[in-house]
Amino acid sequence: MKNNIKYLAILALGLFACEPEFDNPIDESGAYTSGSADFSTFVAVGNSLTAGYMDGTVFRSGQQNSFPNIMAEKFALVGGGTFTQPSFEDDVNDAGGFLLQGSPLPGFGTRLVIDASEGGPENLNVTSTVEVSNLQQTAYNNMGVPGAKSFHLGAPGYGNIENLAFGAANPYFVRHATSPNITVIEDATSLNPTFFTLWIGNNDILSYATSGGVGVDRTGDPNVLGYGGNDITDPGVFAFTYQGLVDALTANGAKGVVATLPDVTSIPYFTTVPYNPVPMDAGTAAFVNNAYATYNGGLQFAAGNGLITAAEAAQRTITFAAGQNPVVIVDEDLTNLSGFGIPSYRMSTVNDLLILPSSGFIGTQADPNDPSSVNGVGIPLADNWVLTADEIQLVRNARTAYNNAIIAIATEKDLAIADMAATLEVLVSGLRTADGQIYTNNYFDGSSNAISTAVFSLDGVHPNSRGYAIVANEFIRVINEKYGSDVPGVTAGYYPGVTVVPTN
Amino acid sequence: MKKLLLVLTIAFSASVMYAGGYRVGVQGHKQLAMGHTGVAVVTSAESAFFNPAGLVYLDGKLNVSLGAAAVLSNTSYQNREFGYSSEADNPVGTPFYAYGAYKINDWLSAGIAIYTPYGSRVEWPTDWEGSHLVNNIELSAIFVQPTIAIKISDKLSVGGGPIYVTGAVNFNRNLSRSLTDENGVRSNVTIDASGINAWGYSVGAMFRPTEDFTLGFNYRSRIDMDVERGDGTADFENLPAALAPGFADGDFTASLPLPAELTFGASFKPSEKWLVAFDYTRTFWDAYQSLDVQFFNSAGLSRNPRAYKNSSIYKIGAQYEATQKVTVRAGFYFDESPIRDGFFAPETPRPDSVNFTAGFSYNLNSKWAIDASVLYVHSNEIQNSYDYFEEAGQRLSFAGEYKSNALVAGIGVSYKL
Repeated sequence: MKNNIKYLAILALGLFACEPEFDNPIDESGAYTSGSADFSTFVAVGNSLTAGYMDGTVFRSGQQNSFPNIMAEKFALVGGGTFTQPSFEDDVNDAGGFLLQGSPLPGFGTRLVIDASEGGPENLNVTSTVEVSNLQQTAYNNMGVPGAKSFHLGAPGYGNIENLAFGAANPYFVRHATSPNITVIEDATSLNPTFFTLWIGNNDILSYATSGGVGVDRTGDPNVLGYGGNDITDPGVFAFTYQGLVDALTANGAKGVVATLPDVTSIPYFTTVPYNPVPMDAGTAAFVNNAYATYNGGLQFAAGNGLITAAEAAQRTITFAAGQNPVVIVDEDLTNLSGFGIPSYRMSTVNDLLILPSSGFIGTQADPNDPSSVNGVGIPLADNWVLTADEIQLVRNARTAYNNAIIAIATEKDLAIADMAATLEVLVSGLRTADGQIYTNNYFDGSSNAISTAVFSLDGVHPNSRGYAIVANEFIRVINEKYGSDVPGVTAGYYPGVTVVPTN
Repeated sequence: MKKLLLVLTIAFSASVMYAGGYRVGVQGHKQLAMGHTGVAVVTSAESAFFNPAGLVYLDGKLNVSLGAAAVLSNTSYQNREFGYSSEADNPVGTPFYAYGAYKINDWLSAGIAIYTPYGSRVEWPTDWEGSHLVNNIELSAIFVQPTIAIKISDKLSVGGGPIYVTGAVNFNRNLSRSLTDENGVRSNVTIDASGINAWGYSVGAMFRPTEDFTLGFNYRSRIDMDVERGDGTADFENLPAALAPGFADGDFTASLPLPAELTFGASFKPSEKWLVAFDYTRTFWDAYQSLDVQFFNSAGLSRNPRAYKNSSIYKIGAQYEATQKVTVRAGFYFDESPIRDGFFAPETPRPDSVNFTAGFSYNLNSKWAIDASVLYVHSNEIQNSYDYFEEAGQRLSFAGEYKSNALVAGIGVSYKL
C-alpha cells in the first residue's frame, strides 16, 4: 500500500508536468485550412521535374525530394492522403540509372557526383541495379515521367517495353504503366485526383536546346509521328495536347495548379561555360592566327566577289589574341561557301551558348600527337556543342507560344498558375530565402559554401533537392493564394545539395 | 531512516540539474518552499548557501541539511509558417545539496556547503528542425564551499568562503542544416568533457536590528568553466567520406561562465509563528556573451553569440509553525529571462517565468526533521528566434513559438544537535 501511494505520487507528478500546450497548437486537426481545395487525392503529372529527377537520373533518395512529394508532406496537414511514387526499392546503390535485361541501358547512366580528386562531376562509379523490365504495373500519385514531351502523356504504347527498341517508349513509364498500351494521363486519372499539378512542355523545347539545336523546328507541322527526338514541338500541337490533359484532369471537378515553362537557355547547362573559355598567350595566338590565315584570306576573296557581305566576312574572320578567347564553331546558318573550299566557321560570340558538356571537350586534342588539333581552337566545334543566337530565338518563340496556351487554358478552367518560368530563373540568378540564406546555381566555384547553397543539380538542367524545396514552396504559395488555404511551406536549407565523393 | 539515506545517496550520484537557462534554484527545501528566499533567514544549515553570515545565529552546536529533488521539465516548440512542432522531453534532473555548520565558539562558526546551482538537461528529438543548434545538452556543476561565519555583534555578522567547482558538459548537435553521410544520416558532433575545475567565492553579511527583523546580503562570484586542450573530446560522426578526413575526432577548447549573483533581502516575524521573507537577486548574465568552441580540425572556431543581459529575480515567501511538529511554507518568485530577442537558442529555452512554491517540515524529534518542497515553473508561450547561426557566410534565423514548464519536487532531512 505504501509503495502504491509512492508510485501514484510519482505518476501524479508526471501528469502535472506533462507537455506544455500551446494556445493554438499546430499539430491538432483544424490548425490549417485547405480552403476551397480538396487535397485528399493529389496527383502530380509532368516530366522529370515532377519525378524528382536530379543529377542526371532518378535515384532512390533523390526521389524522396521530388517537389510533389515535399508538397504532399505538407498537404497531410490539410487532409492530404498518402502520396505514392514509382518504386525505386531496387535501387540498392542509390545511384539511379537503368539496366535493361541486366545490361546498362545506354543514355541512362548513374547519378552525377563531384569527384573531389578530379574536381568535376562524374557518373557515380557503381552499376545501376534498376531493371527496366521489372514492371510494377501501378498507377502512382507521382506521374512525372522523365523525358516526356507534352504529347507523350497521351501516347498509347509509351509504356510498352516492346517499343523501347525503336524509341517509342520511355523506360521510366515502362516500369510502372498499368498495361503496355495505357497512356500516362489515363493512369493518372484512374486515381480520381481531387487535386493535381501539371507541369509539362519543357522537353518540347529542351532537347532541341541541349542538343545544340541539331533538331528541327516543327512549328506548323502537326504530324508528331514524324518528329525526331530533338525537334521543337509545333505550338498548335502543344496547345491541343495541353487542353486535352487539363480536360482529363478536371473531368471530375478536381482543382489544381499548372506551371509555366522556364526559358531553358537560362539554366546552368547553357550558362556555365562562357562564350570565351580559351585562355591564350600572344605567341600561341599568333601561331593559331597563322593557321587560319588561308581561311581568313578566302573570306576576303568571297567578299570581294560579292559572294558574302563585308559584314559576314568580318563576322567569320578568325582572330585570337592574348587573354580569354572565344572558340571556333561550325555555324550552318552562314552562307554556304563549301563550293569554294571555304568552310562555315566563325568565332563564338556573347550571344551563343556553349552547352555544359563542352567544358570537358574544349581544349582537348582531337589527335593526341598533334598540338594544333585542339578542339574549339584548331578544330572547330560542331553544331551540337553550341546553341547559336538563331537557334535560341527559335526556342524562345516556341516557349512564348506554349506559355500563352498554358495561361489561356488554365484561366478558362479557373486553375491556379505557378510562374515556374520566374521561379527557375531565380534559382539560376540567385535568391534569398526568408531565413536569410542566399542560394545560387554556382556549384563549380569549388568553395565549401557551395555545398550549402547550390540549388541546381549537377546535370545543369534540374534543381537538386534543395531547389525542388523552393519549387514546392512556390507551388504552395500559389495554391494558398488561389484556394484560400494556408498550407505551410518548407525550409529549403534542410534539404541536401550536391554529393561529393573523395574518389570515383 | 536508512531508506531515506539510501535514496539521498543515489541522488548524489546523479548530479545533473534542470534549468530553462542553466541556473537551477533548488538549494534547500526549507528555503525553496518559501519562494527560494533565504538571504535574511536563519532556520537551518541552508544558510551556508543563502547567506554564510547567518550560520552564527543558528541554534545548536551542529546543523546539517541534506536534500535532493527531481526535476521534470518540458519545452514545446512549434513554427506555424512551416508546420514544425517538436517537444524537448528532458530526462529527469536531480539537483541536490548538503550543508553542515558547526559552532566553534560563540562568535565563530565553520561549515561546508555542497550544492548544484547550475546545470541543464535538454533533449530534443534527434534531427529535429533545430538540430543544427542542439540535439541534446547536459551541463552539470557541483559547488563545494568551505565556509566560516563571524559574529561581530549580536546584530551583525559576516561570512563567506572559497568555492571549488567541478563540472561536466556533453553537447551534441548536427554540423549543418543538411549535411549527411552517404546513407543520409546527418553529420553531427558531440563535445564531452568532465572534471572541469574552477574556483570562486561567496561572501555575505547579516544585520539583525531587532529580534524580529533581519537584513541580509550575499554575493557569489563569477566562475568561468574553461575547457582546456586535452580536457575533453570532440567526436565527429556520420561525415561523408569526402569530408571525413578534415573532421577527425580530437579535443576542443571552450569556456562557459557561471555568472555572479548578488542577493539582498529582508525577513521579519509579524508574530511568534509567522516568518515572511523578501529577496531580490541580480544575476550578472552579461558574462555570457558567446559560446565559442574551438575545434582543431576543419570545423575551426564555432562562434555562437549569446549576448545575455543581467536579470533579476523577485522572491517572496512565508512560513507558519502550524504545530510543534509541523511547519508549512509557501512562496512565489518571478524570474526574468536573461535572453535578448533574437538570441533565443533552443539549448537554453528560458523565457520569463512565474514560480509557485510550497512545502513543509515535519519534526520527527528534537533533532531530526524531514523537509519537503514542490516548485511549479510556468512560462507564457513566447515567439522568439535565434538569428546568429552562420551557414556559408550568412546569418540564418531559427524562429518559432516556445512554451515550457517544469515541476520540481524534493525531500530532505535536517539534523540539529
